[in-house]
Amino acid sequence: MPDATQKVSIQLRVNGKLLAREVESRQLLVEFIREDLELTGTHIGCDTTYCGACTVLMNGPAVKSCTVFAVQADGAEITTVEGLEKDGKLHPIQEAFGECYGLQCGYCTPGLMLSALQLLKDNSSPNQKQIRRAIAGNTCRCTGYQNIFKAIETAAAKMRSAIHGD
Amino acid sequence: MYPQAFTYHRASSLKDAATLLSQLGEGAKLLAGGQSLIPLMKLRFANPVHLVDLNFVQGISYIQQKNDALHFGALARHAEIEKSPTAAKIPILRDCAAGIADVQVRNRGTIGGSLAEADPSGDWATVLLTVSCEVRCVGLTGERSLELSEFLKDAYTTSLASDELVSEVVVKVPQENSGGAYIAFKRTAPVYPTASAAVQLSLEGDRCKDIVIMLGCVGLLPIRVREGESVLRDQKITPKLIESAAEAARAAADPQSDMRGSAEYKRQLVGALVKRATEAALQRARGQQVEVSHIYA
Repeated sequence: MPDATQKVSIQLRVNGKLLAREVESRQLLVEFIREDLELTGTHIGCDTTYCGACTVLMNGPAVKSCTVFAVQADGAEITTVEGLEKDGKLHPIQEAFGECYGLQCGYCTPGLMLSALQLLKDNSSPNQKQIRRAIAGNTCRCTGYQNIFKAIETAAAKMRSAIHGD
Repeated sequence: MYPQAFTYHRASSLKDAATLLSQLGEGAKLLAGGQSLIPLMKLRFANPVHLVDLNFVQGISYIQQKNDALHFGALARHAEIEKSPTAAKIPILRDCAAGIADVQVRNRGTIGGSLAEADPSGDWATVLLTVSCEVRCVGLTGERSLELSEFLKDAYTTSLASDELVSEVVVKVPQENSGGAYIAFKRTAPVYPTASAAVQLSLEGDRCKDIVIMLGCVGLLPIRVREGESVLRDQKITPKLIESAAEAARAAADPQSDMRGSAEYKRQLVGALVKRATEAALQRARGQQVEVSHIYA
């Protein structure tokens, strides 16, 4: 029989901070983030790889952290919603979600913002179709998505002007 | 949801993974992208005692062209295939890679894992059966190469021995004047398709020289529509002939009623998908640019 208490040592960087922890091999990344690191901005929605509320960035790409084991994040760089804000200033994506009312209950918002971040890192001027495709793995049951599209377009514009100063 | 406890092993190479599988025995499973296995483990449909993680093996996610074939490392992820200019040389591969589930799942899921799982609702097998595709496998006793049609045995069943794994997927680049297209219909992005159709054809002048039509999600394995192919082969493709091929596809499909729709609905749907995929494949064979992929709300 397997040893249920098998603990594995992992080292990873979460929101820029280097951490070393012991995790049970069956522990999911989302549970590690929420329970061990107490970063509760990453949500568990469906817990079945559907809703995307648990989306985080892992070495760049967005992943559903309910579908990755914490041991697999050994050596990885993880960004959660808590890592978006810098020096007390909101990330342009966070500002845009607020300004455009891109959220209502807020449950899906952290995941959506990280999916948006992956999109905008790859593509600074996405069109409507590209935005829709990029967040197809994130379910929102309040907004009807229209204001989320607006928020992502607004965030893209903010991020472009931050880079180009236009 | 916690899966049943297991012991975690990290393979250092493909050979090492085969050794671990052989030593650990039947209770061991490989972890590639994990986008099917981890959900199954959380639901306790799969309860491996040992998990052998391939994600730390270096150099097995390549996408390269060698002579007239594209080589995909077993751990090439759907998103990497979607973005690869090399993979784009076979447009039907991009149609598939760009539409599987959603961005997050494509960032993790792998071509090797998808083929080895052999889910009847998976995308890759349906697509790759329309082109010349070999699956390379590695085990303790060495390597072997299988045609994809030999590799796939049944739903969730492949020719892999219990201590063997997929190392590489090799796809021949189709000759000139060829075109292929894959269209899958799904209710929303993250779910498996309700039905799908893959068509790969080549032209000689304005006649269809050769064609393969495969249907996905409407049988335990992808279904080849030989009657539909013979309707179009050696003919100038017309809307009327495409409709006959679609009719043959409806007849060949063997769908089951489930939460994705009734058998009759799927039968109608798969005919429509064959029609659209044939039209897109034909346009591509004529050198036109067409964008197709999964269709969802």
